[in-house]
Amino acid sequence: MRIGILALQGAFAEHKKMLENLGAECVELRQANDVIDLDGIVLPGGESTVQGKLLRELNMFDKIQKLIEQGLPTLATCAGLVLLADEIVNDDNVYFKTLPVSIKRNAYGRQLGSFDTVSDFKGIGEFDMKFIRAPYIVDAHGAEVLAEVDGHIVAVKYNNQLALSFHPELGEDNRIHKGFLQMVQKYSCQ
Amino acid sequence: MLSEQVELNRGLAQMLKGGVIMDVTTPEQARIAEAAGACAVMALERIPADIRAAGGVSRMSDPKMIKGIQDAVSIPVMAKCRIGHIAEAQVLEAIEIDYIDESEVLSPADDVYHINKRDFKVPFVCGARDLGEALRRINEGAAMIRTKGEPGTGDIVQAVRHMRKMNSEIARISSMREDELFEAAKELQVPYELVQYVHENNRLPVVNFAAGGVATPADAALMMLLGAEGVFVGSGIFKSGNPEKRAASIVQAVTNYKDAKLIAKLSEDLGEAMVGINENEIQLIMEERGR
Repeated sequence: MRIGILALQGAFAEHKKMLENLGAECVELRQANDVIDLDGIVLPGGESTVQGKLLRELNMFDKIQKLIEQGLPTLATCAGLVLLADEIVNDDNVYFKTLPVSIKRNAYGRQLGSFDTVSDFKGIGEFDMKFIRAPYIVDAHGAEVLAEVDGHIVAVKYNNQLALSFHPELGEDNRIHKGFLQMVQKYSCQ
Repeated sequence: MLSEQVELNRGLAQMLKGGVIMDVTTPEQARIAEAAGACAVMALERIPADIRAAGGVSRMSDPKMIKGIQDAVSIPVMAKCRIGHIAEAQVLEAIEIDYIDESEVLSPADDVYHINKRDFKVPFVCGARDLGEALRRINEGAAMIRTKGEPGTGDIVQAVRHMRKMNSEIARISSMREDELFEAAKELQVPYELVQYVHENNRLPVVNFAAGGVATPADAALMMLLGAEGVFVGSGIFKSGNPEKRAASIVQAVTNYKDAKLIAKLSEDLGEAMVGINENEIQLIMEERGR
């Protein structure tokens, strides 16, 4: 299994470490040429404005968008969710638009609004969730809701896309990454 | 176990990695920086080169000016307080700044004590010239470290010196026998647990950026090659001929710091770089403030 980790900016190294510990082969995606022979892709946390800009400047945008549309298993956290969303209620910039949800950027305010909580994640159970200047999902439309915190949707799945507001890559708990690798396994066996 | 807040604050620094944090003095500059791909901006009244030129005491910026910048952009906004100035830090926390830089660029308010950053909910970044300084700041509660370099000079030599020194000391600690760590902790004037962390993980417990003297895409790439996890650019952007283009080029250079062909392209037609001041020409040595 060869997982591409978008490594333009942000916390990509943390995802890489977690997936490598689970036995996956990971490759950092920094240029268009890196996007080749992938069984899955991770869109990490960071600043979506920076990642979105670099995706276009480095000619990676169309290539990755097409792969996601064609069914490549995708794990997106925080800024990654922003990149996937079809609509951002407080920002006119949208990116891949492959995930039919409406989100709010920096929905909990500035860093002083960042928080950590334990909540239920569908199919996994209680999970320690770290929200850092995080977005949340205002309307999940057709996507399956996997987790909610204080009445706001913070995790969804839509076909091949698993998108989270919070950061499972920052803790020790790798169950979500394991679940993602199962999605990848199923996909590559098809 | 680290407290929840410490993890969240170190976590924000992790999200900034691979990015460029730019000094800005107006909402307009902040918008230019964001559009050019800055992962955060540092709001301050005068950039370091102008602080140098103006002389006198330099202090925390006007909160109103900082708020103007907070309203102008969606990326994190940082601001500087003077070393040891607890009240300035409290003011910055009160206006919900995302990160406080307890900075040697401003005139120190306390020549002995740094701020007890553990008392704050908001995260701090601090400058360091070597491993001892870095771990002392982390012990005081800093959630992110940057090299001091020599701000406002456009001269990269001090930042390189600080990054190399940090790296060689980390390598030294990593290669020690466990029973030697106690003596190392004594030498570095830091708690044993921090030295033990460096020994086991071969890195600082927090994210480490380069700062002080970065003026070109190649400077930024150099710092990344030396192990920086991201770059602060202070005077280098808005003191140059074409800030938009230079800023965007530095952002791309940080992401693809190993691709010399791309950096060659990024270095073309950038206009005039900031005028540099050499090490032996400067009168005010900022890096010696706060040890």
